[in-house]
Parts: sequence; structure tokens; C-alpha cells
Amino acid sequence: MKHLKLAAILWFILLPVVSSAANDGYDYPMLGPYEATILGTPNNLKYPPPERILARRIVLDIIPDGKKPDIFFYNDGLRCTLAYQDKQAPLVFLIAGTGANDQSQKVLSIMKALYSAGFHVITLPSPTHPNFVISASRTHVPGDLTEDAADLYVAMEHAWNKVKGDVEVSGFYLGGYSLGGTHAAFVAKLDEERKIFNFRKVLMVNPAVNLYNSVTKVDGLLEKIPGGQRKIGAYFNAMFAKFAEFYRKGDFIEINDEFLYTLYKSKLFSDDENCGLIGLSFRTSLAGMVFASDVMTNGGYVVPKNRELTATDPLENYLFVYMHLSFMDYFDEYFYPYKHRKYPDLTRNALIDSLSLKSIEEYLKSSSKIGAITNDDDFILASGEIDYLRQLLEERLTVYPRGGHLGNLEYRDNMINLIGFFK
Amino acid sequence: MKMRFLTLPISILRACSVIAALYVALSTAGCAATAIGKLSPEIPAMHSVSDFSDDERIARIADPWERFNRSIYNFNYRFDRYIYLPVVSGYEFITPTFVQKGVSNVFSNIGEVRTLYNSFFQLKGKKFMITFGRLLTNSTIGIGGLLDPATPLGLKKQGADFGQSMGGWGVDSGPYLVVPVLGPNTLRSTGGFAVDASIRFIAISAADPFGHSDNGDVILGGISALEGIDLRHREEFRYYESGYPFEYDLVRFLTYERGELMLTK
Repeated sequence: MKHLKLAAILWFILLPVVSSAANDGYDYPMLGPYEATILGTPNNLKYPPPERILARRIVLDIIPDGKKPDIFFYNDGLRCTLAYQDKQAPLVFLIAGTGANDQSQKVLSIMKALYSAGFHVITLPSPTHPNFVISASRTHVPGDLTEDAADLYVAMEHAWNKVKGDVEVSGFYLGGYSLGGTHAAFVAKLDEERKIFNFRKVLMVNPAVNLYNSVTKVDGLLEKIPGGQRKIGAYFNAMFAKFAEFYRKGDFIEINDEFLYTLYKSKLFSDDENCGLIGLSFRTSLAGMVFASDVMTNGGYVVPKNRELTATDPLENYLFVYMHLSFMDYFDEYFYPYKHRKYPDLTRNALIDSLSLKSIEEYLKSSSKIGAITNDDDFILASGEIDYLRQLLEERLTVYPRGGHLGNLEYRDNMINLIGFFK
Repeated sequence: MKMRFLTLPISILRACSVIAALYVALSTAGCAATAIGKLSPEIPAMHSVSDFSDDERIARIADPWERFNRSIYNFNYRFDRYIYLPVVSGYEFITPTFVQKGVSNVFSNIGEVRTLYNSFFQLKGKKFMITFGRLLTNSTIGIGGLLDPATPLGLKKQGADFGQSMGGWGVDSGPYLVVPVLGPNTLRSTGGFAVDASIRFIAISAADPFGHSDNGDVILGGISALEGIDLRHREEFRYYESGYPFEYDLVRFLTYERGELMLTK
């Protein structure tokens, strides 16, 4: 017994040193991966935002004379955000993650941190965001990393042409988180041929290694909900009822960050429920992406082929159906058939292999400008993928012991490390 | 004073006709291109609602006036974009931040009166006392509401309106309703807004604070305009900012459910 106790103490003392040698003790709160992903970083542990920031929206007309369906009348072009210094500085392009636009909270927090470190920043929506699907994707069918990267590259060129008269740039950098991290690697490779930006450094934050593996994992988050994926509606309603009940009983006025934090501290949702909530959030993004693609290509997947939706048509039935369709459904019923029509020789397995960092591993291994940051408990990675990243990037990879999927992104140590990579 | 009562319906009418004209102008702006080339006949989609009829509906809120509501939602987007937000940006550009804050505080303080009588209607004693304390503190130490010393003293801002009072008396929320300029509501909350506005109008007319001035109406009009600007300045919501195609559905769900939840407070 005594030995066991001693071993346990030693294990606790040694663990931080072993798991991340660069940081003695990682002080991000001890949260489980799902909890961390939802809760993020408590305000007092966040990297401080800059006092003032010069920023503006830029709207890009990338596909000229593209006929836009009435239902997307509000979509006026690809929306990017520029944060600019009033002196010469390096510029970082940031690619948002799955379903996120140029002003999603995560991409803005990276933007602000880099801005306070003296960089210009341009943020771009993810190729999976409806705005990108409508305004910047040449095929309007997202998911092919090489094609998405080419679209992103064109978008970056447009953005740069639009702002280059106003900002003085000393060099270009590139970063992205989640799927945006994976995109960044493919964009970097394209840049080696196109040589417009000659990115000095490229950072992937919590990237997917193999897209197919990651979407399998993300779909899997909904497997544990009562009745399985098909009961996502009942699950949504049950979770909302729980949330409402908590609000009714407590002494709250506004539904704000403070309320949400109290909610999570009270452990209202179990670990399995948190897991399902993350799955639900991904599914909600996916619904928007597939709808945008379905309408833009007249794909006949959920919106009947040849139906012209107007700006006042009710959409709730479509929302309901899309919420029931998984990434895997998209892959097998929409994405692969589309690819197969275009390239009849393409097999399903070859397509899966092409959606992976492995398909460009020679480049990633040899290019010292590429780096990555991720977490040991990031659930979008399949088993063995962290080890794969390790042997691919070696010392260019940082792995934090916890944080789930991007939960620790805004934690000050993480941001300092992130900024340090670009310095 | 009498005159002002008479002019109220007229000014409402005038406002309505201006909104109607704007509505026509703004909503035709985007739909010139739709009539070109009709597509071939429809073909049923691969998936439809019946595939998943064994599950509960998601975020469903009754919306019998959906097409009308959606067109007002779209109108509000254009109104915001071409008129309201540019005015608000101009205001934010020319006034220093501390002035904006002061203006917000003053209108917020005036709004406490609404919370006060509605928490009385709803027999919510604690809310009434806190709001009374806030009004008293902020109107005196807070220099007529310019500052908000009540919040750091522990008196957190409450909220109550006549829509909630009616809800408390058992009046049903009624159908979801998107109101021009004001945005997402229900029939009950819209009615409540109208009652609160009327109560305020009667109170101001009775007090007649600018009665001695020849330009009383102009001053009141200016104050109302500033309040309208301040209202939008404080509201972070932007129509279609999410770029999410089902934004209308989610906003409807959250507006409705939030309204119902607030009844319990």
C-alpha cells in the first residue's frame, strides 16, 4: 500500500513534466475533453485582448456574374475581416474551422492575440460555411481539401488585392484551426507552386489529420444519445428543457456568459450529454453547409431538384431533414457520388485517402515552416493520429495534455505559444 | 397638449406610410433577377420529412404568418443596412464613448419606470423593490441617470414589460410576429410594447416637460430619435450576420422561448 501511494504521488508530480516538457505544469483547468470544448477558457485565464483594434469587414466579389438564388439575397460576397496596424507589419491569414465564419469567436480570439503581438490579420470563413459555399467555392461542393485550398488561395489573393493599397506588409503567414488547420497545410503546399505569398510559417491548430476519420468521430458524438442519431430532435428538445428548467429555478436575470458558466459548474449535463451537445452543434453547422450546396448545385438532395426557393419560403422542414443527415450521409449520398460523376475512375477509398494530411506528408515532413498545436484528448483525432503527427512534424508539434477540441485555445499559455510560433 | 393627442394617430399613420413606402422600395431592390428562365419540372428529393417522421420536430414554433414575417425580417435587414445602422455608425463616430454610455444610462433609467409599474402589475415584490432602489439611486447620485452607481451597489438591472404582465395574467403569447424596425416579437409582446408606449406617451403629455417652450414637440421628437438610435446602438443583433441559412428559424425559436422563460422571472 505504501509503495502504491508513493507511486501515485510521484506519478502526479512527474506527469506534467513528462507530458509537456516545454511547460512545467500546465495550469489549464482540469476539465474533461467535452466539458473543456464547450466551456472554453474561464475569463481570468484568457490571454488579454488588445486595448484597441483597427479592423474592418471586407466583402469580396470572387465569382463575378454568378447567378445567386433569391433565397440567398443577403449574401453579398465573401466576407473577410481585416485587422490592420498603422505601420509596416507581417500579415497572417487565418482560416476558420468547420461551419465558422470570419467573425466567429475562435477566429477573432486568435486575430486579437496576433494583433496585440503586432501582426496584421485577415480572417476567412471556413470553406464549409454557407457564405464560402455560395460566394467562393467554384464547385459549391465543399469537402475536397485540394479544391477547397485552391478556392481559399483565390480568396486570399482577392483579399490581398483589396487591402494592399492600405496596409504595409513585410511578409505573409498562415494559420487555421480545426478543419481550417488542415486547410492551411493544403494552402501552404499550393503556395509553393503559385508563390504569391511565400508564407514564412504555417500553423495548424487542432487540425484534423484525416477528414474521413474526424467526421466519423464527430458523427459518433451523437451515437450515445437516447435512441441514437435518428432521435436528434427529441434530444434537442430534452436538452433545451433541461436548460430552461435550470434557468427557471436559479436566481438569474440575463442569459449570458455568467449564467452559462454557472450552468456548467453545476454539472447540469452529464459527460455523455456534453458529448451529444457537441455533436448537435457540429450537426447544426453541417445542416447549413449542405443546404447551401444543395441549393447552389440544384443537387436534389433535400430540396427537390428544380425548386426555386424565394426569400420568404418557410425552411423549417428542410432544417428538420438536414439535422438528421450525418457527415457520413453527406459523404456517401452526396459528396462521393458527385466526385464519382466527375471522375468515374475515382474509388471511395482513393477519395478518403486524398482527404488526409498523409496525401501531402512528404511536403509536410520536409517543410520546416509548418507547425501544429493540438491536445492529447482532442476527440476529432482517431487513435494513432497524434503519434502520426509527432513523427511527421517532430519538434514542430506541441501537444497539450488536455483541452479537448480547442477548449484551451484562448488560454494564455496556449496563445503565447501560438504567437511565439509566428515570431 | 390636446393638440399632441390629436397628432398621435396622424404621426403613427405617417410613420406607417413611410415604412410601407420604404418596404416597397427596399424589398424590390433585390428581386429583379428572379424571373429569368423557369427551371424544368420539380423532381422529388432524395430525403424528405417523412423519412424521419418517428422523431420530434426541432425548434418548432407556430408561425401562421411566416411569409409575412419573413418579408418583414428581410425588410428589417435592408432597413438596418441602408438606413438605421449607417445613422447609428454616424452617431458612434461623432460622439465620445463616455457620452454614448451616458445616453444609454439615461434612457435605461427612464426605462426603469416601465419595469417598476409592470413588476407591480405582476406582484413581483423583490423586482419592484430593486427597481425602485435603482431608480432612486441612479436618478439622484447617478445625476439623473447619467451614471449607474446602483449596479456596483448590488442592485442588478431587472426587466419587465406589459407583454410579460399580460403573460402573467394568462394571456397567450399569440403567434410569432416580426415587427418592422422593432424585429422579432410575438403578438402579445407587440401589444405590450404598444401599451407601454402609450402609457409613456400619456405620462409625458401630462407632465408636459417642455410645455413652456415653443418647440416642445421638436425637442420631444429629437429625444425620441436619439432614443431610437441608442436602442440600436445597444443591440448587437445584426440580421443575417450569421450567414446561416436557417437563421430565421433559430431566431424565432430563441425569441419565443426566451420570452416564455422571462415570464417566470
